[in-house]
Formats: sequence, C-alpha cells, structure tokens
Amino acid sequence: MTVSRFALTMCAALALGACTSADRFGEDAGGFGADGAGGIAGSVSDPTSPAYFNQTVGDRVLFAVDQSVLTPVSQSTLDAQALWLAQNPDYSALIEGHADEQGTREYNIALGERRAEAVRTYLVTRGVAPGRLRTISYGKERPIEVCSDESCYAQNRRSVTVLAAGAGV
Amino acid sequence: MKWFLVLVLALAAPVTLAQERSGPLRIEITEGVIEPVPIAVAPFIAENAAANDFARQITAVVSADLTGTGLFRDIPQSAYISQVTDFDAQVQYPDWRAINAEALVVGGVTLTSDGRLIAKFRLFDIFSGQPLGEGLQFAGGTDSWRRVAHKIADQVYSRITGEDGYFDSRVVYVEETGPKNDRRKRLAIMDYDGANVQFLSDNASIVLAPRFSPTGDRVLFTSYETGFPQIYELSVGTVVKRQLDVQAEGMTFAPRYAPNGRTVVYSRSDAGNTDIYKLDLGSGQRTRLTSAPSIETAPSFSPDGSRIVFESDRSGSQQIYTMSMDGGEPTRISFGQGRYGTPVWSPRGDFIAFTKQNAGRFHIGVMRTDGSQERLLTASFLDEGPTWAPNGRVLMFTRESAGADGQPALFSVDISGRNLKRVPTATAASDPAWSPLLP
Repeated sequence: MTVSRFALTMCAALALGACTSADRFGEDAGGFGADGAGGIAGSVSDPTSPAYFNQTVGDRVLFAVDQSVLTPVSQSTLDAQALWLAQNPDYSALIEGHADEQGTREYNIALGERRAEAVRTYLVTRGVAPGRLRTISYGKERPIEVCSDESCYAQNRRSVTVLAAGAGV
Repeated sequence: MKWFLVLVLALAAPVTLAQERSGPLRIEITEGVIEPVPIAVAPFIAENAAANDFARQITAVVSADLTGTGLFRDIPQSAYISQVTDFDAQVQYPDWRAINAEALVVGGVTLTSDGRLIAKFRLFDIFSGQPLGEGLQFAGGTDSWRRVAHKIADQVYSRITGEDGYFDSRVVYVEETGPKNDRRKRLAIMDYDGANVQFLSDNASIVLAPRFSPTGDRVLFTSYETGFPQIYELSVGTVVKRQLDVQAEGMTFAPRYAPNGRTVVYSRSDAGNTDIYKLDLGSGQRTRLTSAPSIETAPSFSPDGSRIVFESDRSGSQQIYTMSMDGGEPTRISFGQGRYGTPVWSPRGDFIAFTKQNAGRFHIGVMRTDGSQERLLTASFLDEGPTWAPNGRVLMFTRESAGADGQPALFSVDISGRNLKRVPTATAASDPAWSPLLP
C-alpha cells in the first residue's frame, strides 16, 4: 500500500496528465480510499485535497444485499462527489465495486461491477465526464471488515471512489 | 514422464475354493456404501534391499488412496494369519477369508541398478477364491514412486468398483496467506492427496479460479496483474503465461476450456453488464454467447462440447441454465429454494454439480443435467466452487470458516454425500480444480 500511495502522490506532484502506470489502478490502489488515507494525500482541512474528498465528501456508498440500487443517502454522497470532481478537474477516479462474502466468487465479481457501474452512471448524470471515470470490481476479494455478520457485511457491500491524478481521457 | 506397462504377469489358473457370492467382488459407488469393505493391502515385498523404503512408502500410499475413498478398510497386518513373503506364492484364501478380507493386494518392488523403480501388484477376490484381473507391473524413475503407487491403487479401485480411478491426478488451486482484509493469493498445484506442492505464480496480484485444460498441461485463471481482472493461460510445465482477450477496458473472468482444449468460455463485463463469451485460442476470435442485461457467468461445457451450463440472475436471482455451445435461448434447470451458482458439468456427462445458497447456508449439490434429482451433499457457513474428480464420482470444493479469523480450506465429498473430508494443505487454500487422470 505504501508503494501505491507514494506513486499516486508522485503523480499528483508531477501533475502528469496520464499517470496510467499499474500502480495507479493496481490492486492496492484501493487502499488509498479504503483507509481514508489520513495525511498522505494532503490535509483534510484543504478542500482540494484527496483527504478531504475521502473523509469529508465521503468516498464510498453502501448497498443492500444483492442490490446495486443507490439509496437517497448514497445519491447525496455522490452529488457531493460530483461537485468535488467538478471543482477539481485535475483528478480522475477509479470506482471500485465490492461485495460481502455471502456469495459465490464469480457472481460477486459481476455484482461488484454492477455496483461500480451504478455509481459511474450516476456521477455522469451529475456532469462528470465519462472519460474521468473507470470501474473495477473486486467481488468479495477485498473486505474492509472481517467479521461474519451483517455489521461487517453492510460495510463490505460498497463502492469506493478512488481518486487518481490526471484528468482522464 | 514415460510410463511403461512392462508386462502382464502370468498366474497359474486359480483353484476356486469356495463360492459364497454369486459373482465377483463389486462395489457400486452410487449406492452409497455404508460400511467400508475390509481388504488387505499386504506390505509390498522389496525384491532387493535398495527397494526397502520404496516398498514401504508405496504400500502406504496404495492403502491411503483406497481407504481415503471411504469404500475400503485396510485390515492391519497384525491381524493377518498368513504373511505374504513371496509375490508369486499361492494365496492361502482360507487365511484371508478367516479375517474377513474381501480382497487382497499383493505387491513387489524392485530398484534396478540403473535407478529404475519397478512395482508390480496382483489383486485377489478372496471370497471367489480367484484373482481379480491380471497382475500388472509399472516402471518409472525413483522420483515417481508416488505416481507408481497411485496407478496401482487406481487399478485396484477400478477393478472392484467398475469405475475409472482418480488417484493419479493433480489439483490446481489458490494458496491463501495473510489476514482476511489483506489476503495474498498465489496459484499452486499438488497431487490430488496434497503431496508435491509447487507454486505457479507469486502473490503480488490477486489470482482466482484456475482451471485445467482437458490434457492437464495448461491452466486458465483470472489475475488482477494489470490492475483489472483479466483471463490468462499458463503452461504447467514452463510456468509461462499469456493474457487472453486483451483489451484496454472491461474485465474478463471465470474462464473454462471446452473439451477440445482450443476454445475457452468466460465472462466479460462491459458497462456493468456481465455476459458469456467464447474465445478461439488459435485465431483469437471472440464470440458473444449471451446478451441479456442480467449477470451471466460461471460457464462450463458438457463433456461432448455441445452444451454450456452457466448461472444467470435474469429471473431476479442466481439460477442455473443450459444453452447450446453457440449460444441461443437458454433453458433454466434449477427451481428449488435459494440461489444456485458455479455449475460444473460432470466429466461423465451424467450430473451437474453446483453451489447452492439458501437460508444463510451454503451447499454443494448435484442434479441431473435437466435439473431433476437435485441432491445436496454438504452444508456449512460457506461451501462453494465444486470440481469433479476425473471419474465423476467425487467432488472437491472450497469450505471457508466464519469470522475474523475465517479461512478457506479444500474439502472433498463423494456424489452420494458420504466421505466428507478435508484435503490436506499446508496453508489456507481455495478454488480447487481437479485435473484429468494423468497420462
């Protein structure tokens, strides 16, 4: 995780238009959003920082069991994400879809993709250029909570909008 | 590795001492054996001193293979009335009948001066008082002693059950290490019984669901190496891999070979919609087989290559469907309570194995290819992803335990639901795929 954060910070610092290394979209890129990223990506008090996006705007939305429907709460989070992305055009985003462990592996990959796409579609309707958004599904491979009851499952059924430097294509 | 069936061992015409059964010894696996049949795997005779260790080890593996099926019980040597000291000696049937041995396996092992291992065996039906098939002899290098043992056990199993064996086979799977929220995965391959583990990848990227080619020399799998899940083909011998269906956008996953080994079926996600495609490995040509807005994934070919079974949530929940190898209108075959996924067609063509999720529990089950005669074989917090033994009579699958320290392990069960047991692995393991019987 340290490596990918470093790579992402580097990309940001150099203001590369297309930082498309594997690190940017690598499997560990999720750690950036998933951890809230603390002070790594700027200060929370700086509204143009990824840290502000992750913690104050909110980088994730949650889903019901086997669903990809966006709740009103999710929509309001995504409205704020869209606004932030409009105000910070130097970032693109990778939208990660995740599922809880209560499902088969392949289906959960497809379900995670459906969730990520629901978020991408919504952000596009709120004015984010499609070229700034990509999706990926991790299925049930990257839980953030590890218990085996609904309190954890609810947190794992998520989509995380992971910022990357670069305005996209 | 070259296998030589050096010779069929001649044996004098048997004298039938008693006929207490109407026919030869035969176990029908599908009937679900309740009580293991007692047999005697007599310690294989070392025919020269250099073969001592091999004789002992081969005997142990033959016994473990046979008793591991749950169909047999190996009578301990301490109970023998007569010892086997000469491979060619006349069998004293009354001595074996007296200890209720239904079958006797006699073996001999030689290590030649040029380092070749030669192992031979004979199988006797004690109650019929005659040999069951001819004596056979196998030869190979000393590093192949396990395979020699598995081949002998396959012969014994096959002669008694009438089914093909499955012991001389391998399993490719995913080795898992690290905590649940930072799991590391890498591809591994081992003998069916957990021996001879080798790794086929590092654990830098997530790898999922390896699948053997029909000839067992190649493996399909899904890796996040590019950052996105993509399907790859790997040569088991050289461990060289190549990415299939290369594309800038989208995800590919859940690949499986067609029986011809030249076509791959898999899932591809595009704009949030997952459908089934097939890829011609020679030409690289991709053909879309489904186009519904629902999730279509986990495709598996019938052994004759004419049909594909897969899962879809087009009805509103995960269910199993079959369709022509060229796509077209699918037929739903699962109609019970709950959700059905990961269907896999038996290599014999008679059953489809699946994962079922119902009322908070997971099951491995089998059904006829039209969906009838559904039978659940297991139940746990999380069972998934069955794979067939090469003879279509045993399934291996992933069982994951619950909780923060939960870990996956490999388990096997026979199609009558009996003999559920853990397959030994040194670390946590998931996504097994059983090879065909080795050549």
